Amino acid sequence: MANLILYVLAFLLLGFSFWKDKKKTMLSLKKAWKSFENILPQLLMIMLLVGVLLAVLDAQVISQVVGADSGWFGVVLGAVVGAVVLIPGFIAFQTAGMLLEAGAGYMQIGAFVSTLMMVGVITIPVEIKYFGKKITVWRNVLAFFFSFLVAFIIGTVVG
Amino acid sequence: MRTILKRYRGFLIVLTGFVILYLVNHTLGEKAAQISVYSIKEMLLVLPPIFILLGLLDVWVPREIMIKYMGKGSGLKGIVLAFLIGSAAAGPLYGAFPVAAVLMKKGVKFSNVLIFIGAWSTTKIPMLLFEASALGMKFALTRLIVDIPGIILIAWILSKLISEKEVKQIYQNAESMAK
Repeated sequence: MANLILYVLAFLLLGFSFWKDKKKTMLSLKKAWKSFENILPQLLMIMLLVGVLLAVLDAQVISQVVGADSGWFGVVLGAVVGAVVLIPGFIAFQTAGMLLEAGAGYMQIGAFVSTLMMVGVITIPVEIKYFGKKITVWRNVLAFFFSFLVAFIIGTVVG
Repeated sequence: MRTILKRYRGFLIVLTGFVILYLVNHTLGEKAAQISVYSIKEMLLVLPPIFILLGLLDVWVPREIMIKYMGKGSGLKGIVLAFLIGSAAAGPLYGAFPVAAVLMKKGVKFSNVLIFIGAWSTTKIPMLLFEASALGMKFALTRLIVDIPGIILIAWILSKLISEKEVKQIYQNAESMAK
């Protein structure tokens, strides 16, 4: 749905741009393609790694690790798993919902969801390409530790 | 041809590992292949509009305007805009990096670029709806309320950790990436 809106918006603007100035529009498309092709090799590699990772770490395995009575150990594991895996789009929340139903605790799921979104170990090569090593490493480390605060507050408020 | 091979070297190495995995363990290999194909499909579905918009932004929006609204001295206005642009996005975090490169090229302040990245990663509006339906409104709202100051805090710490010179290097690199 959100994706559809983006498509409509992109094509409306593209049409408008084309009507205003054909040359500029062609240039913008060329830039779009170049930016895409620029990260394509890394993205393809990442998608293969994601496949292997998620084949090993499926919902059952994760829910065993982050059960409601797994305490802070479960929070840490949930955070680590979330930091490492890259779950495409909306499936992430469905998975998290499934984990809750399968007996995971709110605090553990809070950590998992937070690092899942903020930390991207597997996409670090792409991030370094744009932001350099220092910012990339620090951003991921800070986001990782921040996620424990998120987990704690979610565990207190929701759990 | 040679440069293509060099650029796709990492991909080819992982692909080889993939084939070996399949030969060693059929079930696991098949499951992994399924997930990978799905992820690649999702990537190809999500990315095109992002890159089209990025190209249009690059060509049509003048640098002066971006500097005025999100550059040095843009203050609260710049922060709010960075949040809004990042939150309106759909798609995984890796889609945010090329957009960030264009923002840098257009003279957006570094801390605002970092806020944009933070917002893209955690406060995407379309994702919040999914989160609320899967994990409950209370969960989604609590996370949102904690994440907004968190994103600003992380952006602030990161921009303090890095020197003027390093920021300049990152901007030069972004310039060459988003040519």
